[in-house]
Amino acid sequence: MSNGTAGSVISRSVAPSRAARKEGLLRRSLKSKRTVIGLVLSILVFAVAFLGPYLTPHSPTEFVAAPFSPAGVGGPFGTDNLGRDVLSRFLAGGQTLMILAVLATGLGVGLGALTGVIAAYRRGWLDEALMRTGDVALAFPQIVLALLFLSIIGPQLWLLVVMVGLGHLPRVARVVRGAALSVVERDFIKAAESVGIPRWRILVGEIVPNISSTLAVEFGLRLTYSIGLVAGLSFLGLGLQPPTADWGLMINENRIALTISPWSVALPVIAIALLTVGTNLVTDGLAKAAIGSDEGVKA
Amino acid sequence: MTKANAGGMRRLLLRRSLFGLFTLWVVSIVVFVATQALPGDAAQAILGREATPERLAALREQLHLGGTLPEQYFAWLGKLITFNPGISLAGGKPVVQTIAPMLLNSSVLMLCAAVIAIPLAVFIGTWSALKKDTAVDHVTGVITLVLASLPEFVVGVLLVLLLATGFLHLFPAVFVLIPGQQVWSNPAQLVLPVLTLVLAVSPYIIRIMRATMLEVLDSQYVQQARLKGLPERTVIWRHAIPNAIGPVAQVVALQLAWLIGGVVIVEYLFRFPGIGFQLIDAVTNRDLPVVQSLVIVIALFYVVVNLFADVVTLAANPKVRTAQ
Repeated sequence: MSNGTAGSVISRSVAPSRAARKEGLLRRSLKSKRTVIGLVLSILVFAVAFLGPYLTPHSPTEFVAAPFSPAGVGGPFGTDNLGRDVLSRFLAGGQTLMILAVLATGLGVGLGALTGVIAAYRRGWLDEALMRTGDVALAFPQIVLALLFLSIIGPQLWLLVVMVGLGHLPRVARVVRGAALSVVERDFIKAAESVGIPRWRILVGEIVPNISSTLAVEFGLRLTYSIGLVAGLSFLGLGLQPPTADWGLMINENRIALTISPWSVALPVIAIALLTVGTNLVTDGLAKAAIGSDEGVKA
Repeated sequence: MTKANAGGMRRLLLRRSLFGLFTLWVVSIVVFVATQALPGDAAQAILGREATPERLAALREQLHLGGTLPEQYFAWLGKLITFNPGISLAGGKPVVQTIAPMLLNSSVLMLCAAVIAIPLAVFIGTWSALKKDTAVDHVTGVITLVLASLPEFVVGVLLVLLLATGFLHLFPAVFVLIPGQQVWSNPAQLVLPVLTLVLAVSPYIIRIMRATMLEVLDSQYVQQARLKGLPERTVIWRHAIPNAIGPVAQVVALQLAWLIGGVVIVEYLFRFPGIGFQLIDAVTNRDLPVVQSLVIVIALFYVVVNLFADVVTLAANPKVRTAQ
């Protein structure tokens, strides 16, 4: 009983500064014009991807005019390699990419953060083993790791999420461990230990909130990479399968006709470009605002 | 350099080399597990509907699917390290013969990209640091941030739209290799793939170079050199840049290692006949011996590049070089 009381006193003493810090991170980052532009771009593309499927003038798999018709024939942006409306396919083709990218990022940052925090908190042989394993894992470029498993199991969407996420894991773990190392030495962790708070509660309740800026920045960074990787794998033909509408797939299907029907490639490429620039601008803004609040965050 | 320092450096490099070998060994296990030990019969998966009992038996023999898993692994590893990883299932030629010319082509592509990107990025980063908080610095900052955000195939497609098919028609959009010619026989074809890789690799090097230079320019030894009245050019070239090379070498190595991943998509985009293009081809055709060998080659490249970066960092930093 006395232990519990002491623990809650400690948590309470930490809580206000934690809340203030979190609020400050968002507000501070939004003072920069770049962050606002990034946020607007990201929201815009996300809105197109999620509302788009309900706004298509035609079915994304319906034949409307001769293949590679120029803009204005069959639709405002022409037709694709199989005579389907480019605009409809564009509007319908972003949603899955977003969902897969967010899931992969969540998986990679979640597991990576857990690994990094455990390594920093436990130190010793476990730390050494986790980090050396991570070094070995880094010898696979992320795309090659994904290709290796997709080649055997086949282009499954869950596998895409798992492989992109696992690719992030060692990279995130390394950064989070660095940030957590400075936290585990602090007095309130020792205080929490001395009153017998269970280890996992120290991890989740004391260490994680104190590296929240690092986690926010990592999430933004990995989301940008996830979008590129998922779209890239889909472009390589290892994501969604035809005849589904998908931005990466659209680029691949229509790139042979760039000169006569550029919109079928340009629309998805521009959308992916705006999205990744948007998420990276936000991440950069968060990182700049976080300097000084987390010891682990660097410019 | 004293004898003791040379010994310390040699020990460090030996340790790094051993870790590199260990990495490759683990990579070989992962590749083996991923391609052969997963549930299901790899031979059945490859042949699919075309599987007849005779063909299945022949393929099982070639993929070493007989015996226990460790037996299979060591049989496979033995062939791999004697440069005899088998026959390409798609082409019917030995894997080494299939991969070697592609590896040469990819090396040309990556070498061109590295030779252009590294000096250019070091120059722009240094310039940006020297012009801190001016318009030049801000513009560089925004451009590198935007370029760093874009996936490489997006950069490639945008370049094609701008320079090959849309606004200007300067360079060919796809690579066509005429039999009997080398990839460098028609340099105009190399421009877009190389430019894509340069644009993808440079931003990180520019940013770290700028940050490191700012740190170095702020240091006491640079201030000391300035106080001695040395010309600014001497201060920068003799005192600042050599001290910035060490940290930058690590990032350059990471970016070079990244190049071999980026090369996969860029080669596919431009139909450049290299290992990346071949990897996609092998993955699509389930050509397991080729997939296995290419992944090992890519990991080997990564390990060697990192070892090289360690050597450069050690050579550039007296503190690390003399540490025991």
